[in-house]
Amino acid sequence: MSQENMTTSDPETTNTESDQLIDTDPGRGGLDESSGRGSVTSANTVIEARNVNVWYNDDQALNDIDMRIPKKQVTAMIGPSGCGKSTFLRCINRMNDLVDAARIEGELLFNGKNVYDSDVDPVALRRRIGMVFQHPNPFPKSIYDNVAYGLRLQGKTDNMDQRVEDALKSAALWDEVKDRLDESGTDLSGGQQQRLCIARAIAPDPEVLLMDEPASALDPVATSQVEDLIADLAEEYTVVIVTHNMQQAARISDKTAVFLTGGELVEFDDTQKIFENPESQRVEDYITGKFG
Amino acid sequence: MTEQSQPPDLTGNRGMQQTRETLYHVVFFACAALSVVTTVGIIVALLGDALSFFGSYSIVEFLTGTQWSVLSNSFGVLPLVYGTLIVTFGSALIAMPLGLLTAIYLSEYASKQMRSVLKPMLEILAGVPTVVYGYFAIVYITPFLEATLFPSISTFNALSASIVVGIMIIPMVASISEDAMSAVPDSLRQAGYGLGATKFNVSTRIVVPAAISGIASSFILALSRAIGETMAVTLAMGSKPGLPSSLHPGELFLRPYSSMTAQMVNTINGELSGGSAAYDAVFAVGLVLFVITLVMNIVSDRIASRYREEY
Repeated sequence: MSQENMTTSDPETTNTESDQLIDTDPGRGGLDESSGRGSVTSANTVIEARNVNVWYNDDQALNDIDMRIPKKQVTAMIGPSGCGKSTFLRCINRMNDLVDAARIEGELLFNGKNVYDSDVDPVALRRRIGMVFQHPNPFPKSIYDNVAYGLRLQGKTDNMDQRVEDALKSAALWDEVKDRLDESGTDLSGGQQQRLCIARAIAPDPEVLLMDEPASALDPVATSQVEDLIADLAEEYTVVIVTHNMQQAARISDKTAVFLTGGELVEFDDTQKIFENPESQRVEDYITGKFG
Repeated sequence: MTEQSQPPDLTGNRGMQQTRETLYHVVFFACAALSVVTTVGIIVALLGDALSFFGSYSIVEFLTGTQWSVLSNSFGVLPLVYGTLIVTFGSALIAMPLGLLTAIYLSEYASKQMRSVLKPMLEILAGVPTVVYGYFAIVYITPFLEATLFPSISTFNALSASIVVGIMIIPMVASISEDAMSAVPDSLRQAGYGLGATKFNVSTRIVVPAAISGIASSFILALSRAIGETMAVTLAMGSKPGLPSSLHPGELFLRPYSSMTAQMVNTINGELSGGSAAYDAVFAVGLVLFVITLVMNIVSDRIASRYREEY
């Protein structure tokens, strides 16, 4: 993914800072070698959390998270309900800004730039970091317009048909919808809707794709389609996925982060290690079903 | 595992219950039937008197005549239709954009506290008696327009009527549109924000299109209200039937006209004896008004179902 095709010329958000968001100082990511857990080196870190704490009013949702998410891999976040995994995901693209009660402390670096710095425009940030939600939420517009929405938003309107087709192909949906692009996205099946949402998220070519339990509302067949797709997506995008399904995390992810109650990141390592030989007894108890 | 030698007694209060349910059924049906019967009764009465009018007056002359004068027994409905339409059009021009923008503000931009204060206030505006709006037009709006923009404006004029009726129907547009926009699921807004949309973009490209059938309904309902509005229009625009002599805006808007409703009130006031031509003509006008409103409601239903975006 080159810098050139990340630059936008959208007339609606005339902020010139947006492009500086990614022009990072390569040195910054590697300042504190000890803080990154999970054997991710500073060189291939895309997202790094440093002492991230989040509160909803007086309830602490995340407790001092340190974490490095590697480039072009699938990082899974698992843990029991209310452990803060979704909260962490929503901190990365600042979707928590939309929640009045949320308060965040610490640093969350995207390519070395703290996304909570005062000069960061969350709108520009979210154009670099796509998101797929728990329940498929296609717009009540045509399939084509769903995929084109983000492209139009970012002024990437040249070769629109091609871009829409490419995104639908990447989301493994093209063959099923190529003859009915002007039908409503809401008429598709649940699994197709979710793949449409994935196509919509990747059409503007973001760097990172955040997925918040993307298969939890789908049937088993659709789930396995989406899982296959996630593995393919990791060739081009950094994928961060929240799931409550441990088998799913084991199947599709390269790295796994285990959050436990209280918003604590207990262990973060290669997925294989987490599932076969975790260091923490609490993680082992959770994985083997003794807790959570 | 208890032994059950006898089946349980499940009779309960069956007889009593059934009698009560039957009674409820009858009461609810009677209420529903009452409104239907009343409506049918009104239509029949309207049709009866209108038909007796058309027995003595040519229906073609009624529909195409350009003069309405009780004294000279000429009952051309066009001047009245013009009076009604100009006020409807003018008020729509004011109420649709302002109402929609108000709705967007309330639904998408206002904080919870702000909305909880503003929305009831807006609905109070809808509860102000229309005669008050009429006085407001005569006492404040027309003199203001005369002193500022239009020195040649008549005391009674279509512009002031359009403005007050427009203000009057803003709450209707805003309130119904806001309901429609608030009903748009938050997941769609999240999807927009997740793609890097601004609040303005989410509001105008996602929420408004998704709520368009409700917004269209609010427009049509408000227009129906404007068409039927009587007191404010009569006070502000007068009841002098006429057609504009040119398409000059001053001629179209700054003169007195008479709406259908204003003329009905006026005629009935002066013509208390039934059976005269003028008395019957009023019912014919009422029938035209009824047909226009009915068509509007049908169109509104069609629009609502046609553009319903399912989410």
